[in-house]
Amino acid sequence: MNESQYNYKVVRQFAVMTVIWGIVGMLVGVLIAAQLAFPALNFDIPWLTYGRLRPLHTNAVIFAFGGSALFATSYYAVQRTCHARLFGGPLAAFTFWGWQVIILLAAITLPLGITTGKEYAELEWPIDILIAVVWVAYAVVFFGTVATRKVKHIYVANWFFGAFILTVAVLHIVNSAEMPAGLFKSYSAYAGVQDAMVQWWYGHNAVGFFLTAGFLGMMYYFVPKQAGRPVYSYRLSSVHFWALIFTYMWAGPHHLHYTALPDWAQSIGMIFSLILLAPSWGGMINGIMTLSGAWHKLRTDPILKFLIVSLSFYGMSTFEGPMMSIKTVNALSHYTDWTVGHVHSGALGWVAMISVGSLYYLIPRLFNRTEMYSVKAITLHFWVTTIGIVLYIASMWIAGVMQGLMWRAVNEDGTLTYTFVESVKATFPYYVIRLTGGALVFSGMLIMLWNVIKTITVGKAVEATIPPVAAGSELGAPAHA
Amino acid sequence: MSDFVDGFWSLYIAGITVVSVIGCAVFLTSQHKKRMPGQAVGTTGHQWDEDLAEYNNPLPKWWMWLFWITIFFALLYLALYPGLGSYKGMLGWSSTGQYDVEQKNAEATYGPIFKKYAAMEIPAIAKDPQAHIMGERMFLTYCAQCHGSDARGNKGFPNLADNDWLWGGEPQAILTTIMEGRTGVMPPMGAAVGGPEGVKEVANYVLSLSGSPHDAKLAEAGKAKFAVCAACHGPEAKGNPALGAPNLTDKVWLHGGSLQAIMYQIENGRTNVMPAHKDFLGPERSRILAAYVWSLSASTTAAK
Repeated sequence: MNESQYNYKVVRQFAVMTVIWGIVGMLVGVLIAAQLAFPALNFDIPWLTYGRLRPLHTNAVIFAFGGSALFATSYYAVQRTCHARLFGGPLAAFTFWGWQVIILLAAITLPLGITTGKEYAELEWPIDILIAVVWVAYAVVFFGTVATRKVKHIYVANWFFGAFILTVAVLHIVNSAEMPAGLFKSYSAYAGVQDAMVQWWYGHNAVGFFLTAGFLGMMYYFVPKQAGRPVYSYRLSSVHFWALIFTYMWAGPHHLHYTALPDWAQSIGMIFSLILLAPSWGGMINGIMTLSGAWHKLRTDPILKFLIVSLSFYGMSTFEGPMMSIKTVNALSHYTDWTVGHVHSGALGWVAMISVGSLYYLIPRLFNRTEMYSVKAITLHFWVTTIGIVLYIASMWIAGVMQGLMWRAVNEDGTLTYTFVESVKATFPYYVIRLTGGALVFSGMLIMLWNVIKTITVGKAVEATIPPVAAGSELGAPAHA
Repeated sequence: MSDFVDGFWSLYIAGITVVSVIGCAVFLTSQHKKRMPGQAVGTTGHQWDEDLAEYNNPLPKWWMWLFWITIFFALLYLALYPGLGSYKGMLGWSSTGQYDVEQKNAEATYGPIFKKYAAMEIPAIAKDPQAHIMGERMFLTYCAQCHGSDARGNKGFPNLADNDWLWGGEPQAILTTIMEGRTGVMPPMGAAVGGPEGVKEVANYVLSLSGSPHDAKLAEAGKAKFAVCAACHGPEAKGNPALGAPNLTDKVWLHGGSLQAIMYQIENGRTNVMPAHKDFLGPERSRILAAYVWSLSASTTAAK
């Protein structure tokens, strides 16, 4: 263990597993998308039914793919911006192996039908405890590194990573409070509408902190690095940071519009979701404007394409979200595939694209190279993914609005114009288009896997020496005007 | 509505909400900084990881306006609609209120269409083409989930298009079934027919009643043991619509007609429920629906 070197080993491990879990998670996604269009594809095997594979898909892409990407990039960025090796010695390795065991347990228990039934929190209590332990270790490593930094100021990426780590710990522990009834079964500590409210307080903040704050941390490191430009505005980053983490906490009730949740709680969820628009866009503006003066790089650099297009999708879905939280819009969009499209414009457009762009920056540097084995393959991956995502979200918009309109249409005698199954039939072509889009995104990940394997083969795993801190930025440097 | 246990919590949440929204506004104002004309924007002077730095551009004006608009909207919304604890809002809107108004309006608009069928005999309604269309629409919305779009049922859900009825096929009986629902119960009979061997014998006897393939010797042994079944299914096993006990002499099987299925049924019994629709559909719509369901089999009878 050399304290003068960065810990790249754990970053490498998480980076490679990000690609692997991305492929696994998206493959399951493609399968269940195919099942919606062609239900026979569950082959009448219980483990392959939609109800069991859908949570496997969401857990795999959010926590296995997204989680590994966050571990890799936060461990890399926090070391490099603190000029310090990861804190806690073997604790970082523990978080890697612990996280992989959790993913494996999820991959076994979910197809077996072992679930708490809470969306994005399906894993049963023994796994919940393991998650809590690994997460606390993650917090110790991350905040320990920040505490032992050699630089005076904490870089903005670390605020976002820190907020993400802290909040996810709180969310997970509160929402997973449950009474075990055997090894594979538990009951939630909350009942009725309170349970629903706690669940969606958790659920929406999982989006806000796991899928937004964490990835904004990624953005604040890799966008200025790849663009070779300073961040656009320190002031904007601090304002939108505090506004974002404060406001997200309130938005959960918009998942429960027109339910047993009291009206006042629904209203608060809606107004804070609207207030959330500007703080969300703050991150997009800061990222995209960082490129001002270097726009020409966008033409030739496929990594920047990934990063900047991801910010565009981020801006689009954070505009769409507040709109969908308005009660009257929600009355049309709720329970339709519009929601599914909205989630994927965030999950594929924002989360996956920023992760992929960051990994293309990161992986060569972990293997002693200046760039990936094939830059052309990155460009190909970019276009395949972009086309796939556009097909996905456009088809789900059309399908969702169509379903919403069909469900509320009535005849002149007040009876429903369409039966439910008619709306399912009408959705069929859009399910096929969505499947095509998903398959394109998935095939992009295969291109990436090939490129990563090639890069690792021609490269060599290295550790980097910690460089000296720039004069005037070191710990204890005098404050300046 | 699930709400506050006492006035304190209403004030508590209302206070936090108002402070939070206004807090956003105060925070935004405190961070406002004008760009000085002609003055170049510099970095903060901090540097990380060799080349990471930050400019300190002021907040974009249009972005601040966007933020302000959402804050104003939030305050306006909280004044007009319920959101601040138990304060009801100036418009007096509530989700249950909206539901009641929509229900009332729907009744005012559509009620008269159904009124004229209230006094009509069900067979007469069945002959009315408009009622037939409405009945079919309602069937597809409310009944098709279990009984199928073609009303031919599924395992556990009776076929409504044949002439076999568990609870009677007269118009009035169908109307009662729709409005009040039905609960068909068969108790577990394993012990009463003498254990596993008896179950097998009785099951073979039951199969023999409809001329289905069976073991004649076992069926013969089961005949006497069937006496306990006759209480509901009748001595000739023709069933009893007063109890919802099915006819065992036809080849219509609600839960399967294999030896295994019948043995399972005798061993474990069964509770099968059709939910009541009285409160949901009301008497007039139920009547039109009953006429539609009755016409499904009445027409096949006529065709024969």
